[in-house]
Amino acid sequence: MDSLRSKIVPVSTILAGIVVLWYVFAVVLNAPFQRDLDRRGGVTPTTTEFIAETLAQKKPTLPAPHQVAENFFKNTFQVKITSARSLVYNSWVTLSSTLLGFAFGTVLGILIAVGIVHVTTLDKSLMPWIIASQTIPILAVAPMIIVVLAAVGITGLIPKALISTYLSFFPVAVGMVKGLRSPELMHLDLMHTYNASRTQTFWKLRVPASVPFLFASMKVAVAASLVGAIVGELPTGAVAGIGAKLLAGAYYSQTIDIWAALVAGSVVAALLVAAVGLASRIVERAMGGRPA
Amino acid sequence: MSQPASITPATAETARQVVSAKNLGLTFQTNDGPVQALSNVDLTIGKGEFVSFIGPSGCGKTTLLRVIADLEKPSSGSISINGMSAEQAREKRAYGYVFQAAALFPWRTIERNVALPLEIIGLPKAEQAKRIARTLDLVNLTGFEKKYPWQLSGGMQQRASIARALAFDADLLLMDEPFGALDEIVRDHLNEQLLELWGRTEKTICFVTHSIPEAVYLSTRIVVMSPRPGRVTDVIESTLPKERPLDIRETPEFLAIAARVRDGLRAGHSYED
Repeated sequence: MDSLRSKIVPVSTILAGIVVLWYVFAVVLNAPFQRDLDRRGGVTPTTTEFIAETLAQKKPTLPAPHQVAENFFKNTFQVKITSARSLVYNSWVTLSSTLLGFAFGTVLGILIAVGIVHVTTLDKSLMPWIIASQTIPILAVAPMIIVVLAAVGITGLIPKALISTYLSFFPVAVGMVKGLRSPELMHLDLMHTYNASRTQTFWKLRVPASVPFLFASMKVAVAASLVGAIVGELPTGAVAGIGAKLLAGAYYSQTIDIWAALVAGSVVAALLVAAVGLASRIVERAMGGRPA
Repeated sequence: MSQPASITPATAETARQVVSAKNLGLTFQTNDGPVQALSNVDLTIGKGEFVSFIGPSGCGKTTLLRVIADLEKPSSGSISINGMSAEQAREKRAYGYVFQAAALFPWRTIERNVALPLEIIGLPKAEQAKRIARTLDLVNLTGFEKKYPWQLSGGMQQRASIARALAFDADLLLMDEPFGALDEIVRDHLNEQLLELWGRTEKTICFVTHSIPEAVYLSTRIVVMSPRPGRVTDVIESTLPKERPLDIRETPEFLAIAARVRDGLRAGHSYED
């Protein structure tokens, strides 16, 4: 209970600070347009009225926190889940491709790591390419993946998921290479004295030793997967998903919608990272981890 | 190469010899040039002996144990275990090895840790359970089967690792400073238990240590080693009886052997610089 309170207080202090700052910036950034509007309308509002108006514009440069909150609340809880406006529906669209891509990425990352740890040639040849793959801007690669796959008849969920895979396999591969190599020399010597085969050493020593590394890298990978899914929705002219909401908001200058979609994306990301964290705790407990 | 007549007595003798090293040498290549870890080591260890290797760090005592275990390859000379090469002996699981640290797998309970070598050999589950119960009883850890290593004290962890080394019933036990990291009280206690275990199982034990009292208390034979290059400088036969209560360490006989060991170490310049 105390630990919870000791976490909540500092976090909410920062949050309060951000909200205050946000309001200040909202007033400052929305003021020029408001002044312009007032001059053309021939009105001279008091300072209080002026500030209230900067925080209630339809298409503000920077929407105020309460406008975003209101939009987020309405589109999450008050519209039908099947509606194209619903943030739940759009989040689900993005989430499904995130999860598929994350699953692909995790499996691919593990397979690559196993290959690198066991085959010297792969260790030498593959690693530079893996690192190089992440230096290519995903925004440039994403449309090509979509176009190429569409040309061979693959459309829908898979191309988007593959962009998530592209981003998420990397942390898993790097983390698992480290994890599979993490057993101490003494443990490896021990297996050697038992004349254990490579397969036995792999399953009985390397795999269990790599589990903490797997979860740490999966936390990074799941967040990267979400970014991949959103980026994948941008160039595809996707009709649904958080990326599509962001794009539509940008077309029609619906800044409040953009921010609400952003909040939805953050919520999804937080939930995903928390889910991986929870899975990690459960597995740690099952593996006899000392309670923290 | 040799005539049949001379083979027969030789094989009869090797049957009793568990470890036999002839002119053994090992040179490590390091960045500062070659380091001679072992040089001209000749040694025979018979069945049922308790042999300690003592010397300052760098004298090659751990390296020698690792050569016996086939964890290092000698660069010259020959070594045989039970009449086989070190590699064949390892493949046949001729020995159990106890490391300086307990080296238990943290994700396995004590009983699963002891089961590890049995799983690797591929014993049926029922036989595994029998052996686990027996070896845990040998090291007085019955009742701790379901505990994880972190729930046990350092001494208990090391006992669990001894149980693991005993689990597949090899006749040879190689121990590399197994009690070095433990406090003296725990160490005394484990030394006593180890002697008792040795008496009951009649195993051959090779024991690396840097403690003179420990070596004298435990061994039937003490191999004194010296560094630069690592070599055997003296081999001392113990005259102590097989039954050794802890207070045997105050007897004149014990102190005389300890003094000989100390002299041996001094002769090998172990006390210099």
